[in-house]
Amino acid sequence: MHLLYQIFIDPFMQMGQAPDLLVQTLWEGLVGGVLYALIALGFVLIFKASGVFNFAQGIMMVFAALTLVGLYEKGVPAPLALLLAIGVMYLLALGVERVVLRPLVNQPDIMLFMATFGLTYILIGAGQLVFGGDPKEMPVAALGLPKGAIDLKILGGLVSLQKIDIAAAIIASIMVAGLAVFFQKTRIGRALRAVADDHQAALSVGISLNQIWVIVWFTAGIVALATGIMWGARSDVSFALQVISLKALPVLILGGFTSVPGAIVGGLIIGIGEKLGEFYWGPLVGGGIESWLAYAIALAFLLFKPEGLFGEKIIERI
Amino acid sequence: MSGADDILLKVDNVSLSFGGVRAITDVSFDIRKGEIRAIIGPNGAGKTSMLNVINGFYHPQQGRISFHGQTRARMKPYEAASQGIARTFQNVALFKGMSTLDNILAGRALKMKSSFFWQMFRHGPALREEIEHRKFCEEIIDFLEIEHIRKAPVGTLPYGLQKRVELGRALAMEPTLLLLDEPMAGMNLEEKQDMSRFIIDVNQHFGTTIALIEHDIGVVMDLSDRIVVLEYGHKIADGNPDEVKSDQKVIDAYLGVAH
Repeated sequence: MHLLYQIFIDPFMQMGQAPDLLVQTLWEGLVGGVLYALIALGFVLIFKASGVFNFAQGIMMVFAALTLVGLYEKGVPAPLALLLAIGVMYLLALGVERVVLRPLVNQPDIMLFMATFGLTYILIGAGQLVFGGDPKEMPVAALGLPKGAIDLKILGGLVSLQKIDIAAAIIASIMVAGLAVFFQKTRIGRALRAVADDHQAALSVGISLNQIWVIVWFTAGIVALATGIMWGARSDVSFALQVISLKALPVLILGGFTSVPGAIVGGLIIGIGEKLGEFYWGPLVGGGIESWLAYAIALAFLLFKPEGLFGEKIIERI
Repeated sequence: MSGADDILLKVDNVSLSFGGVRAITDVSFDIRKGEIRAIIGPNGAGKTSMLNVINGFYHPQQGRISFHGQTRARMKPYEAASQGIARTFQNVALFKGMSTLDNILAGRALKMKSSFFWQMFRHGPALREEIEHRKFCEEIIDFLEIEHIRKAPVGTLPYGLQKRVELGRALAMEPTLLLLDEPMAGMNLEEKQDMSRFIIDVNQHFGTTIALIEHDIGVVMDLSDRIVVLEYGHKIADGNPDEVKSDQKVIDAYLGVAH
């Protein structure tokens, strides 16, 4: 009886008693969610266009951020370093297309998946070789990103919003909205979906697979760079960051592997669910549930909607 | 009437093999501008392989292909597409998750020129272009009488309609040469009549040259101007429907010979 009270009533009583804490928790969850969504977006882009789960997405994020910070530390001005980092992501996309995707065209998806493992280790090695393995600090101010916090006195308490989090939320929203329109409404977006659907048919209407793959990987690289900057600004830029990318898995399960809006909604649900769960229900089991709660939430959804919230329903006529 | 000028595509002594299997052996024929050219033959005769050679999916080991009088080297399918060769597939290769309209718009991929930058923001030239091409695609949709399924994901459509959408996607490329691989396979009589009507209309109104593979001999005889007959990768006959119909080799190939 007492346990039921603790699970079903007490947390909501707490929420009612201290609304400022609730708002703070929701905000933290929201920001975390937006950043998860950004990571998931990188996976979705590549999965949509090539049917490959890109294991290297996490390390691409670290590598992009590392390039930016590394160049900055070597004395390159921040805006130029940003441009150069974008350029490096473009070269990476060209390289991946030429060396990994092109030779493996028409091979089973699992082979491409394994190839992205290889890519992961190459990027780890290259990153460490060029920039070293030490954690680096993101030059937030030099990049023109805001620092500090806004304290709001509302609901009889204090809610503190980090400015960098606000910036992250805005940038992520713009990127997601832009990509959604890009995918649905433009020629290249349509070509991306066409390639994902049927390689041969895409070739027959004059779509070049090679060109599309470069565009997709480059776009995923840009998303990785944005994600890397945001995560890097909240902690340090280090190889440990790539572990966060695993958090994209439950987000993808939730949102569907092929849906851009799914990535964002999935990210928000996981982010907010995680923080609320940790803060209000965590103490029941001694805390520390944040690390697995996301997977539990995703699993629960999977029972009812195996294709994810927004995933493409698989239609097969027999 | 058959000067060298009106030859659109010329296939010269083409041979294609997969390992030890010879799919096509030393086949030559031509396609004239504005005609409907049929390729027929029993199963496994190499008809689809021939089509795949023409649009660049396969590269023949021997022989030459010239299109518009230009002999080409190895050509990728999307290069063939950009030169004006469109095709449909034997087993319907549509983008199943996309709507009818999006499938047909995908056929406009080569006609849209605005840059990646504008596409990214869907503004300026990119937006104008979208509208212009949407108009063109709506005309195709009207022409093929598929207005009612404009927004439906093509994976959910019945087979006959999918074939029609696939034809629409090929037409969206405004091809000079349209390759149809069994456009009427698996259709009932009414659907076959509709499809035949569309093929004739495309040929007459747009002046599109058509090469088609079809098993329904009645349809082939009615539709085509000239027919190539393949058997086991060899060309056994070539001519107008009447000539082909009375050719002894063709009769043998289809009915079998007493040994």
